Amino acid sequence: MIASEKRDAIADLMAEYAYRIDRDKLEDWVNLFTEDCLYKVVPRENVAQGLPGVLLICLNRNMVHDRVTSLRVANEYNIHVDRHVIGAPRLTAQADGSVRAESNYALFQTNQEGESWLFSVGCYEDVIVFQGGKALFKERVVIVDTYAIPNLLATPI
Amino acid sequence: MLDNSIWPAKDYSRVPFRLYHDQEVYDLERERIWRGPLWSFLGLEAEVPKIGDFRTSFIGDIPVVYNRGDDGKVYGFVNRCAHRGSTVRREAYGNAADHTCIYHRWCYDKKGGLIGVPFRRGVKGQGGLDPAFDQAQHGLETIRIESWHGILFATFSDKVEPLEQYLGGPMSNMLARIMARPVKVLGYQRQRIKGNWKLYCENTRDQYHGSLLHQFHMKFGITRVTQKGGAWMDTRHRHSISYTREDTDAQDSAQAIAAYADQKVAESDFQLKDQGILGYKQEFDDGVSLAICSIFPNGTFQQIRNSMAARQVRPRGMDEFELYWTIFGYEGDDEELEMHRLLQTNMIGPAGFISMEDGEAVEIAHRATMLEGEACSIIEMGGGGKIPDEITFKVSDVPLRGFWSYYAELMGIEPEGGIR
Ligand code: FES
Ligand SMILES: [Fe+2]
Repeated sequence: MIASEKRDAIADLMAEYAYRIDRDKLEDWVNLFTEDCLYKVVPRENVAQGLPGVLLICLNRNMVHDRVTSLRVANEYNIHVDRHVIGAPRLTAQADGSVRAESNYALFQTNQEGESWLFSVGCYEDVIVFQGGKALFKERVVIVDTYAIPNLLATPI
Repeated sequence: MLDNSIWPAKDYSRVPFRLYHDQEVYDLERERIWRGPLWSFLGLEAEVPKIGDFRTSFIGDIPVVYNRGDDGKVYGFVNRCAHRGSTVRREAYGNAADHTCIYHRWCYDKKGGLIGVPFRRGVKGQGGLDPAFDQAQHGLETIRIESWHGILFATFSDKVEPLEQYLGGPMSNMLARIMARPVKVLGYQRQRIKGNWKLYCENTRDQYHGSLLHQFHMKFGITRVTQKGGAWMDTRHRHSISYTREDTDAQDSAQAIAAYADQKVAESDFQLKDQGILGYKQEFDDGVSLAICSIFPNGTFQQIRNSMAARQVRPRGMDEFELYWTIFGYEGDDEELEMHRLLQTNMIGPAGFISMEDGEAVEIAHRATMLEGEACSIIEMGGGGKIPDEITFKVSDVPLRGFWSYYAELMGIEPEGGIR
């Protein structure tokens, strides 16, 4: 049984996640993670073969922050906007009060000419904790079905 | 018509854009490059450790399978059924005693030999193959595979020089250095880049772009143009190793900042909140912390600090290729070192802090050159004329001319009096 306040908090977290990436509020997106979070993006083919290889990995919130800094000040990438469509999460209560969530995503990109395409489809496997009535990602593992990445992966999935 | 008059300069300092965008060129490459007298990078022995282990791969755009045979050697064949041309091995990897095409169940052994044809004698004396049909003559098309310290190379040619000679001194030594310990594959990354495959071959040979396109180095103070580096090539200049030695300018960062200021590229003072990704655990005693080994035509082996990876270029028509990354460590790595390598994976691949730009650079070059076949790129950083075997500075794109000179030779379009 997961209390309805927790369910509401999780729904807000999921919505904020998509909103903050898609509206280019990446600095605020960082704050959806706990300080000791794990955020990683993994090709499904590696998961299937039991291999640990990642596309990217952040072992704490500082690293998530650094990724945003790098995108802002250092990296050059395709000029585009993102649009996340995230399905309803399947929730499982954990003994320590956290909640495991699994949801599917589709991420579309649109370029400056107004052409859109499916950039990535896959799923999120999360561990969500609650601090001051708010839900945060203690863990977000993005498993990418579209592991033949179209060109490059800059803004987060 | 493609002929040797396409080169505006005899030293390959001008490359006509047509070479990226001409179907005739692309089709000829299949014959003269991918099926030509050379060795292509195929995969790693560590990926097929046991008898019967197989993986699919590509030589150019030709689908192939490699697998470990009963005698422990690795064999390979084109993944196209001898009967009616279907894909024989559909799975990307696995273990199998033999390979059966699902369409009519023709069965092949690990060397590609045809060992089974259902209803060969027909049913109740009716149908079936002519008794004269020689099964031994109708196996899969085979490729020859050889290993250099655990790296598998393949060829279609029986005229090719021995693998070690093909790689040449600097490359064979550098690969032996990288493969000195048994490797452990950590995973794969792939990216689909909408550009001609040769744009990527140029990219990995181009040290000039390193500190300019990839600003991560400079913004976070990881490496600088004044750091000691350069390139080593084989005497034929088909391959190239770009390298940087660690810490040769650490005591002189004032000089480094001045060098950037001269270029009107200001040193920035951004700091990573977590420096863990920058750590370097020295594991080679030659001081080289960065080595990009570009092997003609389709392979790259990299050491970027503790991040080790192989990259394979897989053309998908003239306008797109897949870049297939195999990330690895070594069997002896402890948990901490393996995690450190994974952490430094953040630097490489489609999402890499110092490599995501390469995908974009290739795509914008491909897009903008499409309609201008006669126009040319300029390759003159580090000078023109005869190509040296060694470059002792980093602001150079000389190895690109080596690439094109060998390409021209293979394609049969060397300019008269070509300088290489
Ligand atoms: S096409 Fe393979 S058995 Fe017929
Ligand atoms: Fe690059």
